[in-house]
Amino acid sequence: MIAILAFYLFATMTIASAVLVIFARNPVHSVLWLIVAFFNAAGLMLMTGAEFIALLLVIVYVGAVAVLFLFVVMMLDIDFSQLRSGFTRNLPFGLLIALVLLAEIIVAANARGAGPLIADRPPEAVQPNIVALGEAMYSRFLFPFEIAGLILLVAMVGAIVLTHRSRGDARGQNVSRQIDRRPQDAVEKRQPKVGQGVEL
Amino acid sequence: MISLTHYLTVAAILFTIGVLGIFLNRRNIILMLMAIELILLAVNINLVAFSAFLGDLTGQVFAMFVLTVAAAEAAIGLAILVIFFRRRGSIAVDDADRMRG
Repeated sequence: MIAILAFYLFATMTIASAVLVIFARNPVHSVLWLIVAFFNAAGLMLMTGAEFIALLLVIVYVGAVAVLFLFVVMMLDIDFSQLRSGFTRNLPFGLLIALVLLAEIIVAANARGAGPLIADRPPEAVQPNIVALGEAMYSRFLFPFEIAGLILLVAMVGAIVLTHRSRGDARGQNVSRQIDRRPQDAVEKRQPKVGQGVEL
Repeated sequence: MISLTHYLTVAAILFTIGVLGIFLNRRNIILMLMAIELILLAVNINLVAFSAFLGDLTGQVFAMFVLTVAAAEAAIGLAILVIFFRRRGSIAVDDADRMRG
């Protein structure tokens, strides 16, 4: 009973916040609703027994991606009201496409009579989700796992290269000049008379 | 009883909302990226639901890879957005006409 209630709560919250992501006037509000949608989707996944993916969703999406979005939205000085100009003009056509797509997907999903989830049945395996996932990831899926790491590395380097700009007025370190510098060029020995200073 | 069909329906609605978001916010790249995140979230819900339904962990491993690619896509997309704004002073999709596409 509680599981059914929780499912409907998470599902309605996910869908409602997804709608608000799209229809919110302020993009900052959109990002915040996106965070709510991710939290509730994590709840949905928790109910299927996929604890690790649910936690990963909270950590990666809420902790990293949503904050990235928030930073970009807040740092750029953009007139968002001007960007919404085609909103009402596209609404009828977009709604039509969306309804057709939704009907198609739901018909396809219901075509095959589906039974209850395994998570609802009595658990046969005593292995926790994270242990099982780790064993699968580091044995059968080791190569795809390494490739995923490579994708993240490429994304990181790409983002840094794209957004990095060299400023002319910034002071940098010139390593070859530092290495070329010899004591003879830099240090000078003088013997001033008593009472006189050194002229630099 | 919550069945697989319930999860598939939620994911279908979420996917459709994402597609609708791309249609409605055709000028705003940030909202388009957020709509893509919603679509990938729907795909992840489908993968996890099928993984639980079939009792096979492969779906969850694949959901993790989708998550990885989504994070990489968001990072690169926002980086491109930032340099585009720096050069053109706007993020409207219509202004991205340098290549006359």
